[in-house]
Parts: sequence; structure tokens; C-alpha cells
Amino acid sequence: MEEITVSIPDIVKPKLRFLEEVSMATPGVSRLEMCIQCGTCGGSCPSGADMDHTPRALFAMIRAGMRDEVLQSNAPWYCVSCYYCMVRCPQEVHVTDLMYTLKRMAIREGYTDHDAAPDFSQTFIGYVEQYGRSFELGLATRFHLAHSPLRKVGIGTLALDMFARDRLSFVPTRIKGMDGLHAILEKAKAITHDAELTGGTQLL
Amino acid sequence: MKYGYYPGCSLERNAAAYDISTRAVARTLGFELDELDDWNCCGATEYIAINKLAAYSLIGRNLALAQQQFHANGNGHLAADGRAQLIAPCSACFLNLRKADRYLQEDTKLRDTTNEALAAAGLHYDPGTVFVRHLLEMIINDMGCDEVKRHVTKPLNGLRVASYYGCLLVRPRLGGELSDAEYPDELESLMKVLGAEVVDFPLKTHCCGGHMTQISAEVAYELIRRLLQNASEYRADVIVTICPMCQLNLDAYQTRVNQHFGTNFNLPILYFTQLMGLAFGLEPKAIGFGKEIVSAENALIKIQRSLEPAATPAPSRPRKKKDEGLPMPRMPEDEEVSA
Ligand code: SF4
Ligand code: SF4
Ligand code: SF4
Ligand code: SF4
Repeated sequence: MEEITVSIPDIVKPKLRFLEEVSMATPGVSRLEMCIQCGTCGGSCPSGADMDHTPRALFAMIRAGMRDEVLQSNAPWYCVSCYYCMVRCPQEVHVTDLMYTLKRMAIREGYTDHDAAPDFSQTFIGYVEQYGRSFELGLATRFHLAHSPLRKVGIGTLALDMFARDRLSFVPTRIKGMDGLHAILEKAKAITHDAELTGGTQLL
Repeated sequence: MKYGYYPGCSLERNAAAYDISTRAVARTLGFELDELDDWNCCGATEYIAINKLAAYSLIGRNLALAQQQFHANGNGHLAADGRAQLIAPCSACFLNLRKADRYLQEDTKLRDTTNEALAAAGLHYDPGTVFVRHLLEMIINDMGCDEVKRHVTKPLNGLRVASYYGCLLVRPRLGGELSDAEYPDELESLMKVLGAEVVDFPLKTHCCGGHMTQISAEVAYELIRRLLQNASEYRADVIVTICPMCQLNLDAYQTRVNQHFGTNFNLPILYFTQLMGLAFGLEPKAIGFGKEIVSAENALIKIQRSLEPAATPAPSRPRKKKDEGLPMPRMPEDEEVSA
């Protein structure tokens, strides 16, 4: 008797913890615990063919506590945020929001060298943090020049076309309240950092 | 009627055609768009991938400013339920702002920490005070198709339009979206009252790939190809969009999709407000025509319009000699002018 009650928590606890961690780190209510493994999400996903694991499989792996495998998966990075999975899921699991959570965790824990997406996100928010505003295509140009030199030629003509139609600028407009925005973002990062140190995962 | 207006970064430059046609349509329909002072980027789909609280604080600043500017003194921007209305024309901005407001209501920990961050700049947001709406939804529900129809002076007769919704105004379902997550019909109804011929477009709510064009071009090109293929199969003259990112992907990347697959799609991608403006009789240039990469010139010709404003009439002058030579094809608009 005694042996059983001691050994179950030891095996189960760490596995459960990853599920809770992912769920709590997701804004709003994730409903991850409600997944019934029906596979509707994967079947609805336009990026399914490119993903190494479907969302359904990822959720099973999360439940099984397979932290490494989950955070190494390319699936969240191929997610295009189309939200088909979310509206079709019979359990109303917030699949897309969970994909964002997995991205954050993968970045934080250093799992992200397999894809260009984290660089893209970083470049984008770099503009936001400096100017308060961004733009879609000027950014793309900068991003391609910095990270994919071989694509330079192609994106060059595209940039020229856009420029000729006055649709491309080289720096975004700077907002007036940049100091305030800077203070807000610094404070948000400080709170996040504190939570990281104390293990308050629902903030991350 | 007055509304707060959150244009979003795209509308400043890349999607300027959307911004100017929106403002022009507002003048015709008689509603006022009051721009949110010193708004900042909503972070698109990128910030949330890096830092949750920073992403919510970034969006929170906009909501807090909107509460201050449109709610605190209640200067005519309030919906019947007392919330201040903020209109976003970009589907990504709409969802970001709407979703943040919703999750800040549900998630008290997130609300408190977001407000702690906002306090660093003396700001505060009470979730639920700002009612974020997409421009199309507002025009359909507040103005209504009948009212739109009253202003149509040059119907788009014969123009075959594929109505493209993309994702973020129909999904997820957090309240305030269009009628259906996969088969909405608001845009088609609007196009019909403009006189356009609405074609079937089964992929109308499929995704164009969003930021994928920047990350994994091949993945994005295939998603874009399917949409162009589908609209072509139904012999659409133009695809009409409601989001600057959709417009950018389908328009700016169309040539590259053609190169990649050896196809020859030639489909102009226009904003719904541009087609409204055309039907209201506005000059194409005044509503952003000419900024599209895939030229809309043939589409304009089809409805007897042109990019260049009709020549100023000079009735007293005798016709130039040249005109007495070979008979030249003339635009019906020219007749109107000289008549
Ligand atoms: S659709 Fe929902 S319930 Fe079904 S596998 Fe996906 S997340 Fe789980
Ligand atoms: S939101 Fe992401 S995971 Fe869900 S169906 Fe779309 S691409 Fe797939
Ligand atoms: S989603 Fe795009 S358009 Fe909207 S604010 Fe962000 S960057 Fe600008
Ligand atoms: S279709 Fe593409 S750009 Fe448009 S809303 Fe969907 S993901 Fe965004």
C-alpha cells in the first residue's frame, strides 16, 4: 500500500506539471485539459503537411510530459493563425493561443535554432520597440536582406514595385509617447523576469 | 455618428489605398472617424510569440488611450451599452484589440499585471470599456446595405467580384465577428447592392498564409496559389479584401507565385471600400486606385471607368482636326462630359 501511494505522485507529478504549465501560460482559458484527441484540428490545418506533429499529437505529447520533443517541434512555427482548428474543435480548446504559448516557451528555453520565424518576430518587435509602429513590407525587405541573402534579388524587384507606388517606407513613423511606451514595455519585461525567477509560470 | 478610429501601421503607407478610400466612404455615408491620438502598433501576430505581458501591455496602451479619448468624456462615441466604439479596418488589428479586451476580462492576473505595466506611463485600462469593431461589420450593421444602396450613383454592373474574407474577422468566435466562421455572406451582400456580380468563391475564408511569405515562402505561395486559382476558376475580374495583410499577400506576391508555379494569374486585389467608392461615383485616383501592383485598369474599363479623371470639358472649342480622321473608340464617360 505504502509503496504505491509514494510512487504514483513521483511518476505522475512531473508529467502533469508540463500540461499545467502550458495551460496556465496561455492568456484567457486554454481548455487544453479538455482535449479528447479527436484530430479535428490537424485535419483542418492548412499547414498540417509541413508540421512534424499535428496539434492533436502535440497535445498528447504535452500530456505525456514530453517537454523536449514538444518544444523542439516545428508545428507552432508553421501555424499561420488561421483559427480553423479553434472554431472546429468540439471541445473549444484554444489551439491557436496554445501555439503562441509553445513559441514563447521554445524561445525562452533556447529551442529555436531550426527556423527563421523567431528572427522574424524579433525583427518585427525591434521596430515596435524603437518607433512604436511597424510596417509589413519594409520589414520584410530588411528581414530578407539580413537573413536570406539568396532571396535578395527577388524581394528587390518586389520592393521596387512597392516603392514606385509609394507603398514602402524605410523607417516607420515614431509615436510621440515613445518614452511612455518604452517605460510600459520595460515594466512588463521586468514583471516577466521576476516571475521567471520565482516560477510564476502563468505570467510567461 | 462618430467612431474612434484605429488605422494600424499598414494603413499609413503600404495600405494607404484602404485608408483614403475608408475616409472617402465615411464622408459619403456621413459617419465620422476620429483617429486615436498617438496610437501604437498592435504587435500583429509577432509580439505574443515572444513575451505575453509585453504583448498585452502594447495592445493595452491603445485600449487605455481609447478609454481616455472616447469613453471618459463620452463625447458621442458610445454604443448603446455605454462602451466606446473603436473601429479597426485591419483584420489583424481588430482581432488583437478585441481578443486582448476579452482575455483581460477573463484573466484577472493578466489584467492586473498589464495595468501594473501601463501605470509606468500613467495609464490604466478597465477591460470591457472599449468596443472594438471591424469596419466592415460596422458598415453592415450600423449603416446597412439599404443605406449604402441609396448612395450608389455608378453601379458596378458586370464586374465579377470574388469576396475574400480571410481569417481574422470570422475566426475565432469571441463576439463581434461576421455571421459565420466559414461561410459568412456580408461582403457578398454589400457587393450586390453596389451592382457587382458576385461569383462563388468556396475558399473565401481560407488563409492566405499571413506572415508566412517572410518565413517560409514556399508554404505561403501554395496557400496564395489556391486562392488565386479558385477565384480564377469562377472567372472573377477582381478579388475584394477586407484586410491589408491579405491584400499585400495576394497582390504583391502574385507575380512571384506566377514565377514559382508557372501560372499566369492576373487578378487585381482591391479593398471593399475602393469598390464602394467607385459605386458612389468617386474618382478612382481619389480612392487609392493605381497603388495596386496587379493593375486594376481592365476592371475599371469593364465598368466604363478609368484611372485618369475624365478630361475637363471644353465645350466652346471646336474639335481638333485629328478627331475628324479615323473614328476612335470613345468611353461612354466622354459622351457624358460633352453632352
Ligand atoms: S480538435 Fe480539439 S479536441 Fe480534437 S484533438 Fe484538436 S484540440 Fe483536441
Ligand atoms: S491556427 Fe494554426 S494550428 Fe490551427 S489550423 Fe490554423 S495553422 Fe493550423
Ligand atoms: S497588425 Fe499590422 S497593421 Fe495592424 S497595427 Fe499591427 S503591424 Fe500595424
Ligand atoms: S487571410 Fe492571411 S492576412 Fe488575412 S487575416 Fe488570414 S492570415 Fe491574416
